[in-house]
Amino acid sequence: MIFLDFLFQLRDQGLPVGAGEWLTFLSALRKGLIHDSEGIYRVGRSILCRSERDYDAFDLAFGQAFEGLVLPEEMREQLMQWLSGAEAFAEGGPAPKEYSSIEELIQDFLERLRNQKERHDGGNTWIGTGGTSAFGHGGRAPTGIRVGGPGGGGRAMRVAGERRWQNYRSDVSLDIRQIQAALRALRSLTKEGPLELDIDETVAATARQAGDIELVETRAKQNQLRVVLLMDAGGSMAPHAERVNRLFSAMKAMKTFKSLDVWYFHNCPYGHLFKDYQEYIRVPTQDVLAQLTLKHRLIFVGDASMAPPELFAAWGWSGSDVPSGLDWLRRFRTACPGSIWLNPDPVRWWNHPTVSAIGQLFPMFELTVEGLEQGVRALRRARTV
Amino acid sequence: MSMKHFSGTASYIADEELLASVNAAVVLQRPLLVKGEPGTGKTLLAHAVAESLGRPLLAWHVKSTTKAVDGLYHYDVVQRLNDSRFGDNDISDIRNYIRLGILGQAFAADEPTVVLIDEVDKADLEFPNDLLRELDEMAFHIPELDETVAAKHRPVVIITSNAEKELPDPFLRRCVFHYVGFPDRKRMTEIVQVHHPRLGNDILDAALDRFYAIRKTTGLRKPPSTSELVDWLSVLIAAGLDPQQIREGDPFMGVLLKQRGDLDAALSRRVNPHKFV
Repeated sequence: MIFLDFLFQLRDQGLPVGAGEWLTFLSALRKGLIHDSEGIYRVGRSILCRSERDYDAFDLAFGQAFEGLVLPEEMREQLMQWLSGAEAFAEGGPAPKEYSSIEELIQDFLERLRNQKERHDGGNTWIGTGGTSAFGHGGRAPTGIRVGGPGGGGRAMRVAGERRWQNYRSDVSLDIRQIQAALRALRSLTKEGPLELDIDETVAATARQAGDIELVETRAKQNQLRVVLLMDAGGSMAPHAERVNRLFSAMKAMKTFKSLDVWYFHNCPYGHLFKDYQEYIRVPTQDVLAQLTLKHRLIFVGDASMAPPELFAAWGWSGSDVPSGLDWLRRFRTACPGSIWLNPDPVRWWNHPTVSAIGQLFPMFELTVEGLEQGVRALRRARTV
Repeated sequence: MSMKHFSGTASYIADEELLASVNAAVVLQRPLLVKGEPGTGKTLLAHAVAESLGRPLLAWHVKSTTKAVDGLYHYDVVQRLNDSRFGDNDISDIRNYIRLGILGQAFAADEPTVVLIDEVDKADLEFPNDLLRELDEMAFHIPELDETVAAKHRPVVIITSNAEKELPDPFLRRCVFHYVGFPDRKRMTEIVQVHHPRLGNDILDAALDRFYAIRKTTGLRKPPSTSELVDWLSVLIAAGLDPQQIREGDPFMGVLLKQRGDLDAALSRRVNPHKFV
């Protein structure tokens, strides 16, 4: 039962261990890859973890499941004495017992460990050298536990207890790969790339000329979409920083768009957009708007939640005749119908005057993988190229 | 067990956790996925495994444009077209124009091999998924010949990733996974001594102090790795600096930090900067 317990500990710690991995782990036990608790730790981790982010959870589960299995030091020493000099007892004796399940084997092992009092060589029951007992070393039992050899005992427990991988842990749900998979649908392929040889056409043209080679070239397909990411960097966005960063780094790493521009604003775009918030590098919003074409797609990221005057009132420092935040947003929407708004707040919080006003202007989606997929579909429907 | 086991080589120092993962992959006949920062010796591992098992190594270096089929075979239709005009070869046999890729060569080989698929994360998002069947079954079909290439001996497959892109789940499920952590000071000392056997302890200590301090600087885009440390030590030795100068100056920081911003970040955090000229 010990290993089943381990499985449930792993799952409790949030490791997605499926039947496939578990069977692989059991077959590693059967194939003799694992001789001791260090082996369970090392081999188990290499099979049951898919990322270094899983290592910490694995350490915790390992500690929980095997805490009782570590032999006290003096017991270990005695065990090693029983096992020294294993060469002499190679042949003969009754047929070894075969175990059908690992759990049964381990149970039996612990049982015997409690009852055994002395050294055994060549027997069929006790933990010893040679012989056909399932326990010990130098024996001939088809299934069993090897005791002794390098390593062994408490080291794996100690290693697991150190929790060396704690910093690699990540419980964030918005996975970079999922983001990229969702964004891949965002493309408009046209034959405007570099020239490449069109093999089918070349063969056909060559055949028409009775074998005199005629090279036909064509333009490679290229994604024509230019993406503009506009992100709210205001204080209320701080709790969402991790998720927004993931979206940002996922998009930056993609390299499949014709271009990707990133701008920052505070609450809402006004007269200026920031290229770099820390360095205070800013550009008039008008200039950004002027460069938008039908091949651009806008993705706003923000909670859209602010004091109503911040959206509806005319702000600025050049007199009264300045556009409000909503006016600026309307200009973006007009310049670029292929635009969406991703909101890191859950939908149930969207019942707010500024959120609903912006939600009427832009199709608004939650900043989750599902929301992103819906958003990409909305962008694809906005057939503007 | 008749299987030969991997135990490291003279020039490659593997820790026991890595050994366990490699041997698990060999025995379970699963691909081994090795992930870790650049410069932690992932690619060297494949060379060491091949050497230790006494098998030839076939390396497939993945680029952003690499497609899964490139590793299986390539039908050189352009060459065939050319030959059809100039008649250099027997164009009636399509076999003359089919070339096996790295995986194809490993499957067709008469002896067991080690295959390295290097930097799998450089390729397209779907690249690993496109190889799932071939790696599971160790066989693939060539439609042009209507033939199946099946592995005579299952190769040991080692796949490296710098974690530039996340890999797909079905792929991860099939691999034995190992993350190469950044070497701690003790292991780093061993590694450095392989490269600079006659280096004095005082210089090494001073350099390692600086090196690990710089790695701790927050917000570095590219923290210096093992290979940068080894290069840096070469420069320090060539310049004949003493430990004091290494500790208190900032000698040849450009060897460790290759980005302007990183360099500024690391140097501005010095409490008492005596600039090295």
